[in-house]
Amino acid sequence: MAPPASPYPWLVTDVNTPIAGIPLLVATSIKITVMFGVVMLTVAYTTLAERRISAFIQDRLGPNRVGPFGLLQPIADGLKNLVKEEALPGTASKLYFMLGPMLAMGPALVLFAVIPFAAPLPTPWGVVDMIIADVPIGILYILALSSLGVYGIVIGGWASNNKYAFLGALRASAQMVSYEVALGLSVIVVLMLAGGVTLTEIVWRQQQLGLWFALPLSLGFILFVISAFAETNRLPFDMPEAESELITGFHTEYSAMKFSMFFIAEYAHMLTASALMATLFFGGWDLPGSWDDAFWYQGELIRGFDASGLPVAAAPAVWKTLLTFAGFAAKTGFFLLLYIWVRWTVPRFRYDQVMELGWKVMLPTALAYIMVVATTILVLDELGVSGLAHGLALTAVSAICTVAFVFFLDRGRIIKGAAARHHAVAPEPSAVERETMVGEGATIND
Amino acid sequence: MAINTKVIQRPDPRRISYLRAAFKGMALTLRHMLSPKTVTQQYPEEQTELSPRWRGTHVMEVHADGRPKCVACGLCPTVCPANCIRLVGGEDDQGNRYPIVFEIDEFRCIFCGMCQEVCPVEAIHMGRDFENSEYTRDRFVYDLDRLMQQDHPSALLWDPADPAGE
Repeated sequence: MAPPASPYPWLVTDVNTPIAGIPLLVATSIKITVMFGVVMLTVAYTTLAERRISAFIQDRLGPNRVGPFGLLQPIADGLKNLVKEEALPGTASKLYFMLGPMLAMGPALVLFAVIPFAAPLPTPWGVVDMIIADVPIGILYILALSSLGVYGIVIGGWASNNKYAFLGALRASAQMVSYEVALGLSVIVVLMLAGGVTLTEIVWRQQQLGLWFALPLSLGFILFVISAFAETNRLPFDMPEAESELITGFHTEYSAMKFSMFFIAEYAHMLTASALMATLFFGGWDLPGSWDDAFWYQGELIRGFDASGLPVAAAPAVWKTLLTFAGFAAKTGFFLLLYIWVRWTVPRFRYDQVMELGWKVMLPTALAYIMVVATTILVLDELGVSGLAHGLALTAVSAICTVAFVFFLDRGRIIKGAAARHHAVAPEPSAVERETMVGEGATIND
Repeated sequence: MAINTKVIQRPDPRRISYLRAAFKGMALTLRHMLSPKTVTQQYPEEQTELSPRWRGTHVMEVHADGRPKCVACGLCPTVCPANCIRLVGGEDDQGNRYPIVFEIDEFRCIFCGMCQEVCPVEAIHMGRDFENSEYTRDRFVYDLDRLMQQDHPSALLWDPADPAGE
């Protein structure tokens, strides 16, 4: 029997129908606008958080004058940068000098488009995915566009016609190319376990496995975090900026809004990297329990499969969307905090140490880890192990890998200071030798 | 070994755990992040107590009837090592000398306090003040009226009860 004709044919009564047509266009426009605003606001307030948290770490107060708790400080900073005079160096290549910040900022802001940030939202017009563009290439889009960011830095540093800017740009290109390899390889284990490249699928697999990938792929997570720190040029990898060596590296000659654009790009990259860590390894918007699981399976929004392999329909709700968004924001916020916390704790690496870590440690480890994970998955599949047992077996294997990696990385065999080479000859240093030693990463009585 | 050389005893690098050092650092910064103790002084609201001997911008002492105590003897421009005091003296009907022009260029002044030390009538004083910003440079040449209007306390270069420091 056909259902009675609705007076409002565009309204959907079935909650599991995807939104389509004009409403899809409107919904996507709203999502783009809102997410752009959210990203820009988060970037602005991350700068404030950076300044205040660094102040707390150093027993200071930080900016607390503009508005309550200094909350209007980012707006004051933005206004200042907008009305400030732009300095254009006379010897700079004008076109590329202006192109630099644009090339840095543009890709940084579009990266967020493929990251799912909440459970699907039911509306009268159909279910809206809480992701701006669920493109089928997913993580590849992020890897491709985030590597475009280095062009802005290189072009800006080169066009400045300043030796410090040029050195910064050189370092940026070398560092970002090196760590991109490790970053890409550390993501591959996630793709192997998830069986797909879209981020919605990766979130879905983590929901189905009942384990966030940080556990079964712990070493991958560690490699990803280290590479992401290097990719976003944050301490301890801020070679391109290196205030104490290169003034501020690639943006030495930039002022006012152009400098601001580089700054926004850096923080947007940080935000995207934090969101990626949350999505790839901490379940994205997933919260513990299967109540919020949702995935488009053959045109239907399902929660999972029952014992007989039949899909169970999901029940999207507004409160679920809001709660999962809060969970996603909390996870991303934690990684942003980690970025800031690490920056104000550890000193900068030496340039050769960065390169050694990238090519001699990260790359071989990532390759070996891919082989280990692939073998484990193959063996487990052959044995017919699935579900949580599959995840737990991988967790055990990864834990062994992680312990081995940490043991290997530590003890000063790889990143060694001058003192370690000095000691290769003389076992026990005399008092005179101790005087000339330059130890690194260690404190007295450590 | 040279005198005053401090030898830092570094540990044997083969026994250093870099990760342990890094995590110790992270724990330390976390402790400081969470501890409410700060060393910041909220400046405009919280003022530092200045030393009684603090030498800031000058103050000209005045008589009860509003005349400056200065007798235009010319000692302060003579002793001033920075040559920042301009004094033109005059004499009234009773033969009392008084300053017609008394200007101090606070930019040239090195705040040594010798004008206060040399003044025979304790007219010119250094002031206990450091908040003296202006929008233009010419505002830093303080004339007689400006010096007489300064309301911050004068610096005590010596103990009034024990001027010779005995």
